[in-house]
Formats: sequence, C-alpha cells, structure tokens
Amino acid sequence: MNKENNLKGWLYLLPAILFLGFFMVYPLVDVFVYSFEEGYNSASQTFFGVGLYNYSYVLHDPYFLQALKNTFILVIITVPLSTIIALLISVGLNSITPLKKLYQTVYFLPYVTNTLAVGLVFMILFKKTAYTDGLANLILAWFGKGPIDFIDGPYWAKMFVLCFYTIWVVMPFKVLILTSALASVNQDYYNAAKVDGTSPFRIFRKITLPMISPMIFYLVITGFIGAFKAYSDAVALFGTNLNAAEMNTIVGYVYDMLYGDSGGYPSYASAAAIILFAVVFTITLINLSISKKNVHY
Amino acid sequence: MKVVLQNLTKKFPSRNKKSNDEVIAVNDFNFEIPDGKLIGLLGPSGCGKSTALNLISGLIQPTSGKIFFGDDDVTGLPPENRGVGLVFQSYALYPHLTVRENIMFPLQNLKGAERPSKEEMERRVMEAAKLVQIENLMERKPGEMSGGQQQRVAIARAVVKMPRVLLLDEPLSNLDARLRLQTREEIRRIQRDTGITTVFVTHDQEEAMSISDMIVVMKDGVVQQIGKPQDVYDSPVNLFVSKFLGTPPINVFDGQVKGGKLHIGSEAVLDVPGAADGPVWAGIRPEGFILDENGPFSCDLTSVEVMGRDISVVCGHEKNAGAGAIRAIISAEHRPADGAKQVRFTLKPWKVFLFNHETEERIHFEVK
Repeated sequence: MNKENNLKGWLYLLPAILFLGFFMVYPLVDVFVYSFEEGYNSASQTFFGVGLYNYSYVLHDPYFLQALKNTFILVIITVPLSTIIALLISVGLNSITPLKKLYQTVYFLPYVTNTLAVGLVFMILFKKTAYTDGLANLILAWFGKGPIDFIDGPYWAKMFVLCFYTIWVVMPFKVLILTSALASVNQDYYNAAKVDGTSPFRIFRKITLPMISPMIFYLVITGFIGAFKAYSDAVALFGTNLNAAEMNTIVGYVYDMLYGDSGGYPSYASAAAIILFAVVFTITLINLSISKKNVHY
Repeated sequence: MKVVLQNLTKKFPSRNKKSNDEVIAVNDFNFEIPDGKLIGLLGPSGCGKSTALNLISGLIQPTSGKIFFGDDDVTGLPPENRGVGLVFQSYALYPHLTVRENIMFPLQNLKGAERPSKEEMERRVMEAAKLVQIENLMERKPGEMSGGQQQRVAIARAVVKMPRVLLLDEPLSNLDARLRLQTREEIRRIQRDTGITTVFVTHDQEEAMSISDMIVVMKDGVVQQIGKPQDVYDSPVNLFVSKFLGTPPINVFDGQVKGGKLHIGSEAVLDVPGAADGPVWAGIRPEGFILDENGPFSCDLTSVEVMGRDISVVCGHEKNAGAGAIRAIISAEHRPADGAKQVRFTLKPWKVFLFNHETEERIHFEVK
C-alpha cells in the first residue's frame, strides 16, 4: 500500500520534474560546464581545453568590474531604501481612514503601468532635450543649481537616476505586501498595548515590526535577488550600449557577452553568470542566518 | 475601587448608510460595582456586554453618560490613564516575546518617576507569575503553551501594573470544559488574593453564577436584573432572565390563572393566591417537580435519562412553550414505573414563576 502510494506520488510529480529538469536543471548544469570550457564556440561546438581561464578573463575585464560595482551600489542603496520607504508609506496608509482606498490605488498604479510609459515619465523628469533640461533641472534651477545632465552626464547623476527609477518601480509591490501585512495584525495587540499605555514608537518597534517581520524579510530577500538581476531598468534609461554609459550591470554584461556587439562568447557569459549566482547565493545565506534571530513567525 | 456607571449609553451608527437606524449597544446603564467584588456581565451574544466592558476600559468612548472609578470621573480619560487591566478573549499575548517579557511589557511602558527599577520590575513580574502559578514557564513563548497557561499569563500581564479595575472579556471561552472549571476557580482565587475590583463578561450563565459576587444580566443593551447569583436565579424579574439562568433551562408553559389557581391545559396544577386572572407564561424549574402518582400535573413520558445521583425525566406537553422538551430533575431513588406512558408531578411553588403574557414581567403570588 505504502509502496503503491509512493509510486503514485512520483507519478503526479513527473510532469513538473520533467519540465524543471529540461528547462531549469539541464541549462544550469550546462552553464556551469560552459564556464570551465575555454574558447567554446557554439557554432562548431568545440573548445580548446578545460580550466579557470574564463573566470580569470571575466574578473580582469574592466567592463565586468564596472558592472559588478554598479550592481553592488544599486543593491546596497535601493534594497534598504525602498523597503524603509515602503514601510513608512504602508504605516501611513494604515493609519488614515478617509481616502485610504484612493491612496492605496495611487500607490499601486506604477505596478500596472507599462515600462515604456514609465520610461517616458522619467524622460520628462530627467532627459535634456533641445527645448528643456527636464523637470528635475527646472527644480534645481530654483535653488540656483546649474543644469545637470542626468542621462549622459557624470557617473553619480546617472547612478542617482538608476537608483531612483529602481526604487520607484519596486515600491508598489512592497507597499501592497506591507499594507496587507499590517492590516492582518490582530487589533487586540494594539488595544492591549493601548490599555497598558505604550507609546506609539514603542508599539511600532515592539509590536508592529516583529509582527510583520516575516513579510519584511521576504521583501528584503526578493529585493536583493531582484536588484542583483537588474538590467532592463538600465536599458530603459540609458539605451542598449550600457558599457559606454558606464551603467552596465552583471546581467547586462552576461547579455552583452552572448548577443551584444562584442558578443559571441558563451564561455565568458557563463563564467559571469556563475559568479552572479555565487554572489546572490552567498547574500541569501547571510540573509537567512540573520533572519533566524530577528524574524518571528 | 468601586466603579459607578451613570446613564451610560453607547450608540453605533448603522452599517447601512441609507437608513438612520442606530444600534444602541449599551442603553442607559446605571449601576455601581462595589469595591473589591467580582462582577459577571452576563447575556447572550450581541447583547452589548463586551461594549460595556470596553467602555469601562476606555477603548471606546460612550455616546453619553459617565463612568467613575471611586470618586474620579474617568469618562474622558484614555485607557492608559484609567489604571485598568484588560484580559482579551484572544489573550493578545505578544507571540514574539517570552512570558517574562510579556508580563514585563506594561511596566516598561512607565516613564519617569513611575518607572520602577530593573530589580523592582523583576520582583513584580515574579510576584504576578507566582500569583497565577506560572513561575516555571517564564522563558516560554506563548505558542509553546496550552490555552490555560496562556490565559494565566494574560491575567498576570493585566495585574502586574496593579490596576484599579481588572476587566476580563470572555476569559474562559477558549478553554476546554475541564480547564474551564479549573480556571474559573483560579480567577476567583486571584481576585480574592489581590482584592482588585473585577468585571468579567460571559455568555455562559453557569460560569457567571459560580464565581461572581454579583451578576448583571443584559439583553439588547438593556440591563435586566442585577443581584447575587442565587437571588437572581431564585427570583427572576422577567421571562428572559428566568430562561437565561439555569441548566437545564427552565420549562415554560402557556398557562392560565383562574380563581387563584394556575391552569396548564385542563389541569389546575398549583394554587397561586394573589395572581390576577388571565393568560400567563408559567416557568417551572427542572428541580421544581416532585414525582407523585396523585400529583396535579401530568405529562407524556418520552424518556428517562440517568445522570448518576439524579435522573432527568423528559416528557412532552401540549402547552409547552419552551424551545426543547420538558425536563424534570428528580432524585434517582424515585423513578417512573417501567413502561409508563404518563407521569404525574406535584410542583414546588417556590420553583414556579408566573410572567405576564404580554410584557413578560414577573407576576408575584404568595408562596405558602
């Protein structure tokens, strides 16, 4: 009976296992193998030898180092900032009664907005054209600060726009998750705290935060992973030649190695992809170990 | 600390925006809770008893009326300035804190001169824990404890700051039957030990009767009767109160008073001198029946349930106006003859209550 059940169980799992095997596990292993095959040519399916040369090349490539730096800056700035801002917005949304639904909708709008439309909005905000320096420069001018070219200008200006854009794009989802997490906290806890004369700040720190900590943790983990995989946002802002704009990301570098103008190097691309995987994996492990102490399920 | 409620009223706006019907959850409460007593607020679901409790705690504000703790008018005060301890139906223990941290929480909220030293806090936490007998569970999280233990922690958390008034919202509803019996004794003991004026809310009349010094029976936001549990049971003011108290519930018949005698159906079952002629609801407590072959009251025997010391005679009657079958509790030494279709009873007059057919108010008669 038990054995038969086991067999049945595997049978039910088979479609998913096959699908995942073909489209996830096999390519993953393949990428791992490619990353060690030196000079692999996808047309002739040949390579010179096996070794660590691909990794060495990638790690000495200034474009990759630039991409690595950009990605880390993006992650370090956007993940904490977007989570904290989303938390503030959610707490605000939860404590107002009039127009609550309206504001919730407004904050969720970017999520359902087309990327191209968002790109257009940012163009109006930051792009310098023949007629205008962009809305951001208009505001800067009020404070007597000179026009800054946010799209083709200095590195920090471009990085600012990229971070701003990333935070703006991920915000609605985080606000949605956190508002529902806040709403699901049993009102009794707050009433109990109120009867005991707890200050609002202490209520937030000692009750609200621990209660929604699993959701915050979820957002931080997915936020890290998402930011490490950033690519399309940079393209939307700075065009496809990201290396020239000094705005490339690791995923952008992998893509360029595969299909870009300098493309046709699957081995380098694989090595870069494996490095990215190792980085994300390590960060996630660190996150998990930190969460054991601070997240209350 | 005595608690006085004066013309206390709470109205909630109607959920349906089109109609202007307000829900009156608490309607003109006037009573005084004596210092150091345990009071049970008793009533069916939705009668406004939790609202009344929340009004006393300050979590909701009354529409009109006043609340006094001793001589202080606390009506306008927020909950934290009233000095109340509140135990929630769900206990509301912070799940991420240990028992010790939970009990200490209210003390850590205190500021300035009121804030005790660390040692003093520890001492008071241990004192509260000893009171509810959970000293050995201090490092546990609420999720690792049984319902009864959580209940004790909740009480400890409420009494640790030495409240003037302790409020318990359905304190036993989440416990199983055995634990309920045990815990209600505990609540009684804790209340006696601390001497804190305590109000608790329940829909379980047995619970309220067994531990309260005084019960307040409510219906639809209106106080029906206030008194010692036994007095209320022995002398209900109206049909609702008589039906609400007692297990098994009181038997209600559609009767008639004619010439100083109570008639149920065609039989004159009891002398009721002093009661005016007319239709009445006649309530007879299950223990008000005496098995008697020559008794005036007869009914159709359905079954006999043996309960050990007592037996419960279940029967039907055409004039039965209650929800269930008629039940008579009699000593197990007497029982109806085997195979009998009918049983006859004599009634104990002090266990029979008459109520006006329209107003359902009590009609008194002389008990000889």
